[in-house]
Amino acid sequence: MTRKGRRLTLIASMLAVLGVAAGLVLFAMRDSIVFFYGPSELAEKALSPGTRLRIGGLVKDGSVVRGENKSISFVITDSNKEVRVAYVGQVPDLFREGQGVVAEGVLVGPGQFRADSVLAKHDEKYMPREVADALKKQGVWNDGAPAPAASK
Amino acid sequence: MITEIGHYALVLALALAMVQSTAPLWGVWRGDVALMATARPVAVAQFLLIAVSFAALTHAYLISDFSLLNVVENSHSAKPLIYKISGVWGNHEGSMLLWVLILALFGALVALGSRAMPVDLAAATLAVQAWVGAAFLFFILLTSNPFLRLAQPPIEGRDLNPILQDLGLAIHPPLLYLGYVGFSITFSFAAAALICGRIDASWARFVRPWTLLAWIFLTLGIAMGSYWAYYTLGWGGFWFWDPVENASLMPWLAGTALLHTAAVMEKRDALKIWTIFLAILAFSLSLLGTFLVRSGVLTSVHAFANDPARGVFILAILVFFIGGSLALFAWRASRLRQGGIFAPVSREGALVLNNLLLTTCCATVFVGTLYPLALESVTGEKISVGAPFFNLTFGPLFVPIMLVMPLGQMLAWKRGDLLGAAQRLMVALAVGFAVALLFGALRGGPVLSIVGVAIAAYLVVGSFVEVYGRIAARGVTLGVAISRAMGLPRSAWGTAFAHAGIGVTLFGLAATGWGVELVQTIKPGDQIALGPYQLVVGDIVKRPGSNFDATVAPMEVRSGGVVVATVNPAKRFYPARQMPTTEAGIATLGLGQVYVSLSQQNPDGSLDANLYWKPWVTLIWIGTLLMALGGGLSLSDRRLRIGVARRARAPAAQPAE
Repeated sequence: MTRKGRRLTLIASMLAVLGVAAGLVLFAMRDSIVFFYGPSELAEKALSPGTRLRIGGLVKDGSVVRGENKSISFVITDSNKEVRVAYVGQVPDLFREGQGVVAEGVLVGPGQFRADSVLAKHDEKYMPREVADALKKQGVWNDGAPAPAASK
Repeated sequence: MITEIGHYALVLALALAMVQSTAPLWGVWRGDVALMATARPVAVAQFLLIAVSFAALTHAYLISDFSLLNVVENSHSAKPLIYKISGVWGNHEGSMLLWVLILALFGALVALGSRAMPVDLAAATLAVQAWVGAAFLFFILLTSNPFLRLAQPPIEGRDLNPILQDLGLAIHPPLLYLGYVGFSITFSFAAAALICGRIDASWARFVRPWTLLAWIFLTLGIAMGSYWAYYTLGWGGFWFWDPVENASLMPWLAGTALLHTAAVMEKRDALKIWTIFLAILAFSLSLLGTFLVRSGVLTSVHAFANDPARGVFILAILVFFIGGSLALFAWRASRLRQGGIFAPVSREGALVLNNLLLTTCCATVFVGTLYPLALESVTGEKISVGAPFFNLTFGPLFVPIMLVMPLGQMLAWKRGDLLGAAQRLMVALAVGFAVALLFGALRGGPVLSIVGVAIAAYLVVGSFVEVYGRIAARGVTLGVAISRAMGLPRSAWGTAFAHAGIGVTLFGLAATGWGVELVQTIKPGDQIALGPYQLVVGDIVKRPGSNFDATVAPMEVRSGGVVVATVNPAKRFYPARQMPTTEAGIATLGLGQVYVSLSQQNPDGSLDANLYWKPWVTLIWIGTLLMALGGGLSLSDRRLRIGVARRARAPAAQPAE
């Protein structure tokens, strides 16, 4: 094979691999990307039930209800709008009322959410950044002590 | 006083790094050997100064010197000794100090081990290394100084984040950094080669051992991090496609590609431009990882800092080095002459395919990791790209790599015999099919798992077909075969073990499909059937630790009524930070593990627990150890030993292979 032929082979195989990769990426992007909203944004968007989402905010004080078989329900709030979340499974060590939380799952109706995973913070100072941003946006950010400052 | 010495040593190290980054380059420019010769002693001295600085910080942690802000924020006098030491790098400032320590260590090692190298190449390499060092020393001194004092020291520190109070912290970051930062030296070699215009097979010979060394540590570091996450986070997961993990996977993929093309360059003087590019890419991705992890753009347990000034500073370093090296590359790479030619079906051709696939894998990880950040900064929309994305993109691209891997080993340089190689692989293919049938018939379960173990078996057997062919043939006695096996170049064994390691890891990954998971409430006396075992819950007890209180639920693991192991899952509470953690109870039985983690205690005293039986799960990490072993074997090959070129010049030349 000539040098030119070799080069063509190389370029052709390169394009083939990159093409496949680009196809896979686009395909996966369409199906497996999850948007993040705070409760207020969620209310504005009017998404159809069944949409996969991540929602974040604070766990509303007094809203946690534990049921049978590790089922748990709580309200995520940004002190403007609220979303009720139902979840079955273990909640993280640092899941508490009044603290930041992110839930991933499916919208079942207006203001109703079924989570299949719940994330809380890693330590006493940490808060998921999306939550901190959402709270800032809603003007309920509190810089005082036990500040949900995103550090550590 | 010792603290001040440490601080001062760090400033001196910066001054030396600045000398080291300019004087030798000036020497290269002017052809002045004396100026070039300054690089070596200065590199060693710079390392020693940073080592003094690091020792001073460690000393402050050991004596719990709470007049240092860094110690106050991350230590506690009641903390066990090992965590006082590892706590040094369990925070942003200390971990950056470890970063530059390792950077300078590699510089010093090159300075000491590079006597065989052309003097201008060594000088330019050390100068580039010092540029990186100076940038990060500036970063530490200006934005992340660990030696800041407090006017009014508190009596007690705030303790280290309990999640980090683990043996993993003592092992994972140093290993990972040795790998991550180790690629700095290949980067420096590449930039030096471009500066000196000296890019040939001997350059590849100098670079290969360093690449291998960095790759071995990165492999071990990633594996250790994965195992740590597995046992400490309590979900039984070992890889989450978290951006921070991806940040370490990307340099690994680029480094693996580099390792393979450097072999082509060394043997055949081909693929030079590509090799240089990969050397730049691998370290650029390491820098990108440092930026992602250290700047606070991502939040994770790794993101200690969230000071915007730091993020901007690291971003500036990133842009400078990546932009600078790529500009240098664009300017100088065109001067390279074409190297050896080869047919598409050949060892080189297979390695090109390997590179193509590895870099494409790397690119998909890159897209998945950075797309959310880019989208958010452009549109403000927040998205998360999770495991499904990576499984869909990375998986299909990695499978062909594994299928082609044994084939590539079998092809000859320059022009290979595809049919012959495929015929010799029939054994491996047959074993793969047999394994698939066996698992399909005996265990059933998910198709993906069965395909996975089949590919794994094919890969493990296929990796050794080549060495088997070289040591055993019809009529060869065992004694001859053993002596031939001993006589084979270590790098041949290295390749076989490293490739087989991928297969072993794949087996462990595939076997997760046969795992058993239970979520239930437990109380003393409960009997729980878990996979092939029965768990019997003992009395739930409180046990105080050195700086925490624990609630432990001991359990016996029984098999057919016989106790084969015990597990002690626990909930811990750290009063200093008012923070609970989960300690999983793990029993290794054969190659599988019983894994129990507790969540909260109910008012009636019972506990909620996650219980898992994970068959063959340890193979995931055993495979990575095999990969590292393969790397080590290759590194010990006499052709690759650092400084071998000098000995080879001696009259008794090495026998040709």
